[in-house]
Amino acid sequence: MRAIWRTAGRALIRDIAAIAAADGFVGVSFGAIATSGGLPLWAVVAMSVLVFAGGAQFLAAGLVTAGNPVAAVLGGLLLNARHLPFGMAVGDVLGRGPARLAGSHIMVDESVAFAMAQSDPRRRHAAYWLTGAVLFVTWNAGALIGGVLGGVVGDPNTFGLDAAFPAGLFALLLPTLRRARRDAVAPAADGPSGMPGDSALPGDSALPHESAAPGDAGTPPRDPAAPWVAGIGALIAVAATPLAPAGLPVLLALAALGVAFAVPVRKAAVTC
Amino acid sequence: MLIAVIVVLAVGTYGFRLGGALLRERVTLPAPVARFLPLAAVALLAALAATAALTEGHGSAGVARPAGVLAGAVAAWRRLPFILVVVVAAGTAAILRALGVP
Repeated sequence: MRAIWRTAGRALIRDIAAIAAADGFVGVSFGAIATSGGLPLWAVVAMSVLVFAGGAQFLAAGLVTAGNPVAAVLGGLLLNARHLPFGMAVGDVLGRGPARLAGSHIMVDESVAFAMAQSDPRRRHAAYWLTGAVLFVTWNAGALIGGVLGGVVGDPNTFGLDAAFPAGLFALLLPTLRRARRDAVAPAADGPSGMPGDSALPGDSALPHESAAPGDAGTPPRDPAAPWVAGIGALIAVAATPLAPAGLPVLLALAALGVAFAVPVRKAAVTC
Repeated sequence: MLIAVIVVLAVGTYGFRLGGALLRERVTLPAPVARFLPLAAVALLAALAATAALTEGHGSAGVARPAGVLAGAVAAWRRLPFILVVVVAAGTAAILRALGVP
């Protein structure tokens, strides 16, 4: 764990703390809403610890207290199906054996996004585990606190916390999209706007560079199709939201991978 | 019944998580297909960000939240530190709501 802290560096730890704090407050609101809806405290805590997926928890808690347990399970699973492709994309950071068994459980949008924003494999590993572990603590502590406090807790949207998650995700995706464009323009080198971290050697343990934004140190995939896939995937998901059940619009965004066929891969693109 | 819901949801979710990681290792993908794995995560994360920013349930998320996210996105675009991106997004949405914007 100490090695993970050291590898992560102060800037990354601060970034993770920011999103963990926001998620902790959302956890408080989950606990409060779920108990106010009639879910017993033990169920709130058990769901948070065992399922550990915010969106699915809100959905399942709402449906189960409304007397629809089958829809709660199916809806929650549909919402969480995205973790299968997530696991295929970042499974390398999990390690093997017991580490993989534990690491799988802390796979959430944030830990995947923070890992994707790093280029160096050791920083990917550190970012994933640190984000997942810290979120596991703040989310569950938040759910417990919210569950105990119940209706006393105000609406977290008053503090704009609902805007924090999508903005944070965008910030974590941005280096991937920028990097793709830069590589498309200058595939040979890291380009003129290369951050100091771009030259970081894998064995560099001091990690003197503290990038302003996570992942400014370059990021896989260096795929010129990434901005297209992101933009079209976002469009598909938003367009499908009024019609499709929760969770499905995000999965439908995978259809955007079709545009990758139209964007040729150059040699540099596959060496990420 | 409640226990069953929680356990089935937890086991299924964990199955997705571990299953993806195991599939990645067990199945050797040819290079053109392997390219799609990180791109799939990009598509999913972008879709999550967009739907979380713009939609609530099956409808619109109103004005304050998308405006907050937009402010955060501009901050990210201008390479402000991540913590400021989060604070700007939340702060903008909070101020707009305090002013009565839905």
